[in-house]
Amino acid sequence: MDPVSQLISSFKIPIGRWGKTFFDFLTTNFEWFFDSIADGLTVVLDGLVDLLLLVPPVLLVAAIAGLAWYLQKSWKLALAVALGLLFIVNQDLWQETVETLVLVVGAAAASMAIGVPIGIWAAHNERGYRYLQPVLDLMQTMPTFVYLIPVLILFGLGIAPGLIVTVIFAAPAPIRLTHLGITSVPKPMIEAGEAFGATKRQLLWKVELPAALPTIMAGLTQCIMLCLSMVVIAALIGANGLGKPVVRALNSVNIPLGLEAGLAIVVLAIILDRISRIGTGAAK
Amino acid sequence: MSAAVDFKNVDIVFGAARKEALALVDRGATRQEILEKTGAVLGCAGANLTVNEGEISVLMGLSGSGKSTLLRAVNLLNVPARGNVMVKDGDRMVDVAACDAATLRHIRQTRVAMVFQQFGLLPWRTVAENVGFGLELSGVPEAERNARVERQLKLVGLDQWASKYAHELSGGMQQRVGLARAFATEAPILLMDEPFSALDPLIRTKLQDELLQLQAELKKTIVFVSHDLEEALKIGSHITIMEGGRIVQTGAPEDIVLRPANDYVRDFIANVNPLSVLTAWNVMRDRRDLDHGEDGWVWLDRRKTTRFKIDERGLVAAAERDGKPAFWVSCADVEAQPEETTQVFWANPGTSLKTVMLAMHRSQTAPVALFDDQSRFVGAIGIRDVLSAVLRR
Repeated sequence: MDPVSQLISSFKIPIGRWGKTFFDFLTTNFEWFFDSIADGLTVVLDGLVDLLLLVPPVLLVAAIAGLAWYLQKSWKLALAVALGLLFIVNQDLWQETVETLVLVVGAAAASMAIGVPIGIWAAHNERGYRYLQPVLDLMQTMPTFVYLIPVLILFGLGIAPGLIVTVIFAAPAPIRLTHLGITSVPKPMIEAGEAFGATKRQLLWKVELPAALPTIMAGLTQCIMLCLSMVVIAALIGANGLGKPVVRALNSVNIPLGLEAGLAIVVLAIILDRISRIGTGAAK
Repeated sequence: MSAAVDFKNVDIVFGAARKEALALVDRGATRQEILEKTGAVLGCAGANLTVNEGEISVLMGLSGSGKSTLLRAVNLLNVPARGNVMVKDGDRMVDVAACDAATLRHIRQTRVAMVFQQFGLLPWRTVAENVGFGLELSGVPEAERNARVERQLKLVGLDQWASKYAHELSGGMQQRVGLARAFATEAPILLMDEPFSALDPLIRTKLQDELLQLQAELKKTIVFVSHDLEEALKIGSHITIMEGGRIVQTGAPEDIVLRPANDYVRDFIANVNPLSVLTAWNVMRDRRDLDHGEDGWVWLDRRKTTRFKIDERGLVAAAERDGKPAFWVSCADVEAQPEETTQVFWANPGTSLKTVMLAMHRSQTAPVALFDDQSRFVGAIGIRDVLSAVLRR
């Protein structure tokens, strides 16, 4: 090795060790905190799964198809949703699907609840957004397996850490799209609001949010898709659902099982995508 | 007449280096010099202008002359770097450049309304909801709001369209919605930022006429920005011409046309048809400047073809044309008169130059006399006066 490279590598910055020290510190001092979050989430999510599994599958399928019709006013879509879900029931993957549905909808709701307010804040604070951007990049590009380890240490196994890694991965989408939606509200609209004496709050609720709504809704759809793409990874840290059979199929080279579970995920993805396209005129 | 809006030494600068830019403004630097030296853009400098109540004051200039910038200072969409923008609020004048947020909101909600060039309508709201937008912001209860919205929609002839969305309407109709929205707040001051520029010429003319009709009824104070001098002359009772952020001339429409302050204004009016602005008053020769003969006879023209005998009360006692007795008729009904050489037409100061020319044409180029509203003789217009006004020489 040449002397310059030798000099540079002679002292390795102990990033890895610092990180470990940090997480050790968190686990020893705030274990109660992370444990209570994990317990709370587990109770809520598992309770929801149990509740939905009490309903006969056919009734739940009908309810979801009804929701599809209500949101998109398209009987074709409702029929397709019903057929898709019945296919899943037929493949004997209903319980896993309900578990995945709860995880995905819960994670998407949490991502939106976190992402939209942050996006609004960032849209009004360009400086803040400049600092936020690398954090969002980190959340989206850091290989998921890397943060599975600390999340596993902090929150243990199960659906709660599954939800948390999913939110980390999915929340940047609603943040970015809310920011985009609000910063691209046409200036004349903002000025119309100001000229007629809107307060900051009125401007947000009566001009900016309605104008940005289509973009924010695109953020919701994207967010749901990102959550679904985490299903298999969440299964690695013990979250139940359609990811489990996929992981099992991978470990045992079981092609039929992998195909069945994989198709069920695809069906679920298409259904959620079509239903969640609210206000984008897909069904008009 | 009292002022509704009063600009006092208003400077507006865009960009970071405001202090340096203002120092250059004080030394009379041009916008280009300020941009090169400081990177700041001069919006407008040293603007002084009073807009009286009930007046339509038009700000004119090429694009980038600072006319919109100045207009938008009235409701503080643009914040002046220096100076005061006084806006009438009931019995007092409020400096919007220095007032607190609550006062500014009060002014924007109840005193100053605005109409935008690109309409600025909210596409997810119906026409009625757009018109009620300002009222909603100021917390007017729904029942009263609906009643006021309905009234405004009737006023602009859109009551059939109340539940449509703005984008379903044509451009002209959308701007009517914009007008109705501004009228709905019942603000006495109306800011109009090139409201008709985005419309095609026929619709533009129609909306100008409608605005004038509404104004005759509503008597608002209107500050209107336009780059079209024909439009300014048509609707303005006062015109201000701006160039490079500075006011170069301000006055009545005919002042601008007859006495342009510099070449910039002269270029502006070069293509204006003087017939659409000038009146008999603007072109006449005053009675005292005419050639006086004996016994109270006055020659109306330089060629001495026509003369009037004026009595001591200023009324016409006798008329003569080409040495023969003539009679005098009003040119108000010039079309109905037969072509005769023995008649002399008279006009009022407000008679349009076009009518005066028609009268000359009918009477084979006889001069036209000017009477005041008590029929007293005040002056005369000869063919040369008309020609020099039209040719601006």
